[in-house]
Amino acid sequence: MNPSGATIAVAAILVVVIAAYALFGGADFGGGIWDLLAGGDQRGAAPRELIDESITPVWEANHVWLVFILVLTWTSFPGAFAAIMTALFVPLSLSLLGIVLRGAGFAFRHTAERLNMQRLTGATFAAASLITPYFMGTVVGAVVTGQVPVVPTGNVVAAWTSPTAILTGFLFVAACAYISAVFLVLEARQRGHQDLVRYFSLRATAAGVVTGALAGGTFAELSTSAPYVYHRLTGIALWLVAISIAAGIAVLGMLWLHWYHALFLRATAAIAVATVVFGWGLAQYPYLIPTTLPLAPGSAPTASLDSEFIVAGLAVGLVAPGFAILYYLQQRGLLTAADTDADLRRAAHLEPAIPGQPAAAQAPAGTRVTTALVLAMLAIRAIRDVFSPRDRR
Amino acid sequence: MVALAHVLASDPIPARSQMGASLGFHIILACFGVAFAAVTMTAEWIGIKRNDAAALLLARRWSKVMAVLVAVGAVSGTVLSYELGLLWPGLMGRFGAAFGVGFSFEGIFFFLEAIFVGVYLYGWQRLSPWAHWWSGMPIVISGVLGALSVVAMNSWMNSPAGFTLTNGRLTNVDPVSVFFNASTPYETAHMVLAAYMVTGFVIAGVYAVGLLRGRRDRYHRLGFAIPFTIAGIFAPLQVMMGDIMARFIAHNQPIKFAAMEYVAKTGNNIPEWLGGILINGNQVYFGLSIPSFDSILVGFNPHITVIGWDSVPPDQRPPLATLIHLSFDLMVGLGFFLFALAAWQAWWWWFHRRLLLTAWFLVPAVLSGVAAITAMEAGWVVTEVGRQPWIVYRILLVNDAVTPSNGVPVTLAVILALYAILTVVSIGVPMIMSRRWRQGTPAEEEAEEVPYGPSPDEAGASRAERPARPTVPRGSSGGPEAP
Repeated sequence: MNPSGATIAVAAILVVVIAAYALFGGADFGGGIWDLLAGGDQRGAAPRELIDESITPVWEANHVWLVFILVLTWTSFPGAFAAIMTALFVPLSLSLLGIVLRGAGFAFRHTAERLNMQRLTGATFAAASLITPYFMGTVVGAVVTGQVPVVPTGNVVAAWTSPTAILTGFLFVAACAYISAVFLVLEARQRGHQDLVRYFSLRATAAGVVTGALAGGTFAELSTSAPYVYHRLTGIALWLVAISIAAGIAVLGMLWLHWYHALFLRATAAIAVATVVFGWGLAQYPYLIPTTLPLAPGSAPTASLDSEFIVAGLAVGLVAPGFAILYYLQQRGLLTAADTDADLRRAAHLEPAIPGQPAAAQAPAGTRVTTALVLAMLAIRAIRDVFSPRDRR
Repeated sequence: MVALAHVLASDPIPARSQMGASLGFHIILACFGVAFAAVTMTAEWIGIKRNDAAALLLARRWSKVMAVLVAVGAVSGTVLSYELGLLWPGLMGRFGAAFGVGFSFEGIFFFLEAIFVGVYLYGWQRLSPWAHWWSGMPIVISGVLGALSVVAMNSWMNSPAGFTLTNGRLTNVDPVSVFFNASTPYETAHMVLAAYMVTGFVIAGVYAVGLLRGRRDRYHRLGFAIPFTIAGIFAPLQVMMGDIMARFIAHNQPIKFAAMEYVAKTGNNIPEWLGGILINGNQVYFGLSIPSFDSILVGFNPHITVIGWDSVPPDQRPPLATLIHLSFDLMVGLGFFLFALAAWQAWWWWFHRRLLLTAWFLVPAVLSGVAAITAMEAGWVVTEVGRQPWIVYRILLVNDAVTPSNGVPVTLAVILALYAILTVVSIGVPMIMSRRWRQGTPAEEEAEEVPYGPSPDEAGASRAERPARPTVPRGSSGGPEAP
């Protein structure tokens, strides 16, 4: 039984929302991770402040992405949702714990007056930023390897403690740190903190290398633990993997060359992460849980799927203009707050980004863009060739 | 030990308790998400219309508190979406396709709310007064529509409709009938009114404390009067709504109604019990009985038949009838208390054209916030415990929906600890804010905090910590001060 067009469309929407959460939420978690690694009170003060200023505005919206993932899954694929929630009760509960602790730690650290209290709330926030993506990663790892039974009778510990799941967990943490460091390089540059640009550039490079290594390890592990997904990743989804690798290398190159182009660097890093999510989605097709629960029998009745399209339409029709208004007002400098209550604003998590200072001398864009594009295309071709002959040609 | 763990794991009680604790916590914050913007915008409206510095300062400060509460609400709301799956996979797996639709819409409304809370909070200085005021309107609308979407799904659990089951599998869904099920109009109206009452009375209660401590300036009087008036207008409507809804439940979920009113046997001339404890399943002790009054309330006639719980086998009756009945009585009692309080102020205002601010009135007014929250929580106990043993009324049992995973007792303990932290945050942050507001230097704050206000000189009358001045800014609605 082939999945209907509506089912495929809803699954595609779900994958896009997951990618959005991976990007925006990932950057957010990554900020917490760098906060954790920033060192003592003195040394870590400057990076912590930058992290704080730049992740605050997105904090609220990120929760909504996550809620959308949950809601879309249970409405459109209720069986898979119930199975995952039952079998992976423990890692999901732990990721939830991280979310709540993050929220509470973040809300209070700005209002806390004593240094001890600030340290405690700051540490809570930072530690929670580590456990949430890790356990979310193990959940994905468990699903990919097909270790979630369709009708589970209880927790399935083996599913989220397998080598693949653990590797995926670390991969998620590294990817969050990576995407966040790249964004922070640009935030630091926008604010004119040259030392922090170097600081985060170095960390972005390191995180990029670690992420690449972990991705490679996970990939190798998948060949035995999830043959179906591996087969498709090296087959039909290979172009996405190739784009991801090329984009990852391109980011490292840009960082190495100190070419901090606000749009290209951000977009390339985002592509590197998003294509992995898309690749995962394509590789699992047509399964919700590989090789046991296919899309067609696992999907909701047509009317429920249709109502999700209405929701998606509303999201585009209402939320997008809302964001447009917010962005417009912010760009016009119409959203400000009194200086004396800066702490209160932060406690509210709703501080808009400080209107950007004019960026320092722009890099000569034209030639470098062309070079980067040519290099990226060559890289994609090369990676394709490396993987392809065995399977297809 | 293992046996105990097994009993705990297979029993739905820890899961029910966790869900109850999470809902009970989130619903309070949700009330502020629904209604705080309207209260704030009323203050701003008065401020702009009458060029009233005190009202504008109130609106500005309330917008900050609102932002904190909305942020904590976002966290506790995320917890609930997780828990629907973690605790009730049997519900979500079987009925997620029907039941999930409303939550998707709620997601949209929450997105809008979050965006415009941001605009409203940061637009104070640079947006024109009326543009800023209108930027709050989407928060009010999406707050109400969001509440509608979620409460409609709870209504669906009470009046399941709009789906076809084939061999126990959901094969067809009619989202419109799911959304607008029989209970939807009653439950959503009841909850939106409750949200406005909770928000209004809680804020009014905070300023009543200030008034009792002698801070009787215009700032505190307005801070009390605006939310109290809004909540007070909704209080009589809520009493009416509750009465209509009880009659609806008597028809729609007679067994729940029987537990609410201690109706053991189907019959006519059923007495109305006030208070009382049920012992041995059919004897009421320590209660006050009004003969035939329950029948009159249900059908305006003592000869009306009321269905008792003897009409279904014991395993289909809700447990803890005493809890349900006493919660119901508590809710009704507190509803009348709040109504009476509002009526008292209205009466005084009608004849004296000034606020009643004696200690006799203010002490109960301080408690009105707690009373409103308690009444709302009691109401949720009635509807949720009263639906037991069903999770979807007459369709799915709680026992068949609960997760088979063990570990719920652990997560229950953790979640209780976390909610203790979140409670500290959501009460603590506004308290720290308020302390800083009172410590701030007046000149600085006026310059920054009241963007559209009159000159600092005039605005000085609104300062919280200054003793009340004999003169009141123009356009006063508060009138001369009570001594």
